[in-house]
Amino acid sequence: MKNLPPTDVVIIGGGWTGLLMARELGARTSLNIVVLERGGPRKPGEYLAGMDELDYVSRLRMMQDTSRDTVTLRHDRNGRALPVRQLGSFLPGNGVGGTGEHWGAIFPRLQPDCFQLHSKTLERYGEKKFPEGHSMQDWGITYEELEPFYTRTERQVGVTGKAGNISGKKIDGGNIFEGPRTGEYPLPPNAVPYISSLFRDAAKSLGYHPFPNPTALNSEHYTNPDGISRPGCAYCGFCERMGCMIGAKAQPTNVLLPVIRKLKNVSIRTGAAARRIVYDKATGGVKARGVTYISESGEEVFQPADLVILSSWTLSNTHLLMLSSIGSPYDPATGKGTLGKNLTHQAGANVQIFMDKPLNKFMGAGGVGIRFADFDGDALDQSNLPFLRGGVIQCLSIGAQPIAAFGSLPSSVETAKRWGADWKKSSIDYYDRTGGIAFSGEQIPYKENYIDLDPTYKDFAGDPLLRLTINWRENERKMTEFMNAKMVEIARAMGVKEINPFAGYGNYDTVRYQSTHLQGGTIMAPSPDIGVVSPYLQHWQAPNLFVLGASTFPNTGSANPTSTALALTYRTADAIVERYLKSPAPLG
Amino acid sequence: MYSLDRRVSRVFAQEKSTQTVKIPLRFFTEEEALIVAAAASRIFPSDDSGPGAKEAGVVIFIDRQLAGPYGRDRYRYTQGPWVEDAPPEFGYQGKATPKETYREGLKGLKGFDKLSPEDQDKQLTQIEHTHFFALLRQNTVEGMFCDPLHGGNVDMVGWQLVGFPGPRMSNFNEIDKHYGEAFRPKLVSLEQVLGHKVHPSEDEDLK
Repeated sequence: MKNLPPTDVVIIGGGWTGLLMARELGARTSLNIVVLERGGPRKPGEYLAGMDELDYVSRLRMMQDTSRDTVTLRHDRNGRALPVRQLGSFLPGNGVGGTGEHWGAIFPRLQPDCFQLHSKTLERYGEKKFPEGHSMQDWGITYEELEPFYTRTERQVGVTGKAGNISGKKIDGGNIFEGPRTGEYPLPPNAVPYISSLFRDAAKSLGYHPFPNPTALNSEHYTNPDGISRPGCAYCGFCERMGCMIGAKAQPTNVLLPVIRKLKNVSIRTGAAARRIVYDKATGGVKARGVTYISESGEEVFQPADLVILSSWTLSNTHLLMLSSIGSPYDPATGKGTLGKNLTHQAGANVQIFMDKPLNKFMGAGGVGIRFADFDGDALDQSNLPFLRGGVIQCLSIGAQPIAAFGSLPSSVETAKRWGADWKKSSIDYYDRTGGIAFSGEQIPYKENYIDLDPTYKDFAGDPLLRLTINWRENERKMTEFMNAKMVEIARAMGVKEINPFAGYGNYDTVRYQSTHLQGGTIMAPSPDIGVVSPYLQHWQAPNLFVLGASTFPNTGSANPTSTALALTYRTADAIVERYLKSPAPLG
Repeated sequence: MYSLDRRVSRVFAQEKSTQTVKIPLRFFTEEEALIVAAAASRIFPSDDSGPGAKEAGVVIFIDRQLAGPYGRDRYRYTQGPWVEDAPPEFGYQGKATPKETYREGLKGLKGFDKLSPEDQDKQLTQIEHTHFFALLRQNTVEGMFCDPLHGGNVDMVGWQLVGFPGPRMSNFNEIDKHYGEAFRPKLVSLEQVLGHKVHPSEDEDLK
């Protein structure tokens, strides 16, 4: 083991939250900061040369290398967990910028009631509405407390959209069901592609309130408060699973890295795979002493530090705490323990629609589209519905790529085989007329959806893989059934004659891409007996350890998690700079 | 070496001239390449609805993929224990790499390229539910529609079939226009956009 000289702060993971913390602590203090990133650096021009579906979309060039580290998965506590040998249902990234480099950049805030899921549900519907086996609880922070940090995040990142609720005043054309905002979005909405325009008009005709997706895809040239200038989106369609060739999609490497590079007190160490957070026993818990990692050359290294920030992807955060034996592992049999609790993956459902006219669907960008939130959380009265919570319905124009998009056919078209002349002819015929309507919704946390260490499978370093125990339950099945009917109704209102409805949930499928919005594992809570970290994201047992990212969310919203993860990071950064550094103790 | 009849053309142009180019193989034997080319042509045939796997050079694409990191499972988790009969929602749980799957699967297709199209279809139907066929089918689609820098989609024939223009730098002026009408800009490949050669992942293993 090689021992390095101590540093003030070590940050594990160089993605959105880790680099935002590095930028905040680096610019606002004189602390020496080391960021450990398991993947490589980004090269200039890399994303321009990466406009290649095969290497990036099919072969997942930007993603976690599963030959080194993956997870196992099973559907219930008695099942046999098998390794996710190739990524499918979710796509964690690798390298500087992490998952924030290849994302779709949809950037909504969470609905206010998501932060108080337990108490608000009880208040509105009573005890009888709670789904069986749930583990819903409150976050210990409210939307109102987080609002200023959302605003700061949106300005830093550059977010497009149309406000629907400014200080309680409802505004047509925006999301009238969103929590009150203090102001308009920093950027106007993105352009509206053809299919999204049809969806908008149909949703309106049915009495819903469609609005443009909030995105971190510049609609025009934007300069953020740090003076970082980036161009407007070109809608080239080479977006998801890739980095942006012109930097119009906000990524940690184009929003935060240019600032960090100028800071002499921050260094980013790539190829550094963290293995343990090392600690001493201390009164009432532990004191982190630093981090061991395996360097690019395979050497074991110890980096001592006074303050440890854990900011890798959701599952890796939980993995490292488990390998380090920090905190109490969750036991679903007793409900005791907190580490690994409340694993959630946003619910989703897709309806394929086949139009009469060409869509020019090669044009678009990750999150560009129209959605409505009339069935989202508190906007939907669930009193007489067979499920709790809900989500948004949207029509995206992500920029279709032909390897992935070829071969979608309406169920009405009979081709005996998924190959051969008939299949080819029909697939060509329908290619540019195939679109989709998608539901993105909440998954309630359950006692039996959780994370622990796998007893059988090992990672590249010989450590146990993380084991996910997760499945869809009645609440998500009934919710998606309801939303499917609504999506079919909208498709009809769009004039669509051929529709493939959502097939319904089977068991959790590791192959079909759903979203990368896994949440929980190291959840925040107002007290240490029910959460791993405090609402300041400070570890309840280790005051000099903070955990950032969606692993701290006790439940999902319908909203994509990055905006909330960053707003919480700002709040924690302020608390560290303004209070913790003066008196390194638990933040009250 | 594999002989690819390369008809340099736009799909629907009336070009007659055909030139044959010899392309060195990286993984397949010549015999295997002829079988893969014939099978890919039944999966994605050349017919009235346009060119297919033959014109796109799908066999060259697959040959290069198998000789590269993909073929040897460079990025797949390949530690045991192996549970080969796992339910489909766990994905492919077998031990064989794509290279091994092809080599083994092709043994069962000896003489395939000499059969009539009808007999070829019969034989493919018999193996339709195997992992080998799933790979062959998926790789054929990839070879039809990948950027030409990977050896398939020669002359962008696949992209022409579906109106995909390739890596166009900007659709800013078009994104909210052409509602309901086909907008089909001139096709470009990545190397045309960049003006230089790109080293794809399959070349990583080349000495």
